[in-house]
Amino acid sequence: MYNAGKIIFGLLIFLALVTFPFYNNIGKVSAKPEPKIDTPEIQKLPENERKCVEPKDFMRGEHMQMLNDWRDSVVREDNGIYMSSQGKQFNMSLQNTCMKCHSNKKEFCDKCHNYMAVAPYCWTCHIQPKENKS
Amino acid sequence: MSMNRREFLKIAGISTIAGLGSVSLFSRLQDKTLEAAPYLQNPEAMKARRWGMVIDVSKFRDEDYKKVIEVCHRTHNVPDFKNPKDEIKWIWTDTFKHTFPGQEHEFMPQEIKERNFLLLCNHCANPACVRVCPTKATFKRQDGIVMQDMHRCIGCRFCMAACPFGARSFNYRNPREFIKEENENKEYPARMIGVVEKCTFCTERLAIGKMPACVEAAPKGGLIFGDMDDTNSEVRKALKENYTIRRKPELGTEPSVFYVIGGNGYAVVPEKS
Repeated sequence: MYNAGKIIFGLLIFLALVTFPFYNNIGKVSAKPEPKIDTPEIQKLPENERKCVEPKDFMRGEHMQMLNDWRDSVVREDNGIYMSSQGKQFNMSLQNTCMKCHSNKKEFCDKCHNYMAVAPYCWTCHIQPKENKS
Repeated sequence: MSMNRREFLKIAGISTIAGLGSVSLFSRLQDKTLEAAPYLQNPEAMKARRWGMVIDVSKFRDEDYKKVIEVCHRTHNVPDFKNPKDEIKWIWTDTFKHTFPGQEHEFMPQEIKERNFLLLCNHCANPACVRVCPTKATFKRQDGIVMQDMHRCIGCRFCMAACPFGARSFNYRNPREFIKEENENKEYPARMIGVVEKCTFCTERLAIGKMPACVEAAPKGGLIFGDMDDTNSEVRKALKENYTIRRKPELGTEPSVFYVIGGNGYAVVPEKS
């Protein structure tokens, strides 16, 4: 190999740079996102009704798929109501159902979305609830 | 390994059958999950085979038009760009000459020649806009409404070129900046820059059993909305009792919006029940 020394030296620098974020963060714990669900609207609900459309774990993992399905069902199939796995009925609407309880977009949606570096484009069209700075 | 022709064909045949069988089995399993899809229609929703509208022009004065337009545009967060070139309109007015081109003549009543007519998407039975949409963002619903799925619109504006009625508007600018916050309808979305929008016959209101916003805001009997497939509906009665015209019928798009030009007390419109 010609110029082996230079090439190997260059490769080492390259590897050091590429892996920098990994060894730089070893041992450091970054705070887990904790979306807040203590909005005034939720507090107002009686204890036994403080439940989301579906169980927490399902919502955490599948809400994006669910919102997608709701959107298609409402816009394209002219449905309005979602029958949950618990047999309760909900109006399928991001603005009028989800955000009526979760009126804290910054503390609820954005917390995780920013952590995961995802940028859903819901709010280019949909109107987010007004947030009171407390 | 050696194999003669006969053995090869046997193995190929069996594996084909196995492959096809498992595919159909799998798709049958998937069908079952789809059947249990938990989406329902609101029991109060208004239903029709083909929605249509009769506009009795004689019932309107210019103030009434203004009110109807404002109510519609506020309900649906329609921005005001303050620039006629970029105007977004779901419902608007124009003169006889522009509404019914080719039908004006020099001897027609001055009153009709000079008055304004209410215009909106005609929700054609044979919509040109739906045919040209490359993403199926605009489509015809079961009940005849020509609907837009804003999530799918890529802003190509083919539909605007196809629509002979100018019913579609393009968001050349970010509409959110042109809707005053106090005027926002928080229960309805707005749009983003680069999508086409138009009247939807208030699908969101029909879905909860309400009449379109314009029908409610119009003077009594001015806008008659109903199922054109139902011979007993108010629209059909109005169509039976009045001579009505449509915009550009020669193009064959079969508009679902009819105009009673009337005047002179000929326009007999049934009372709203």
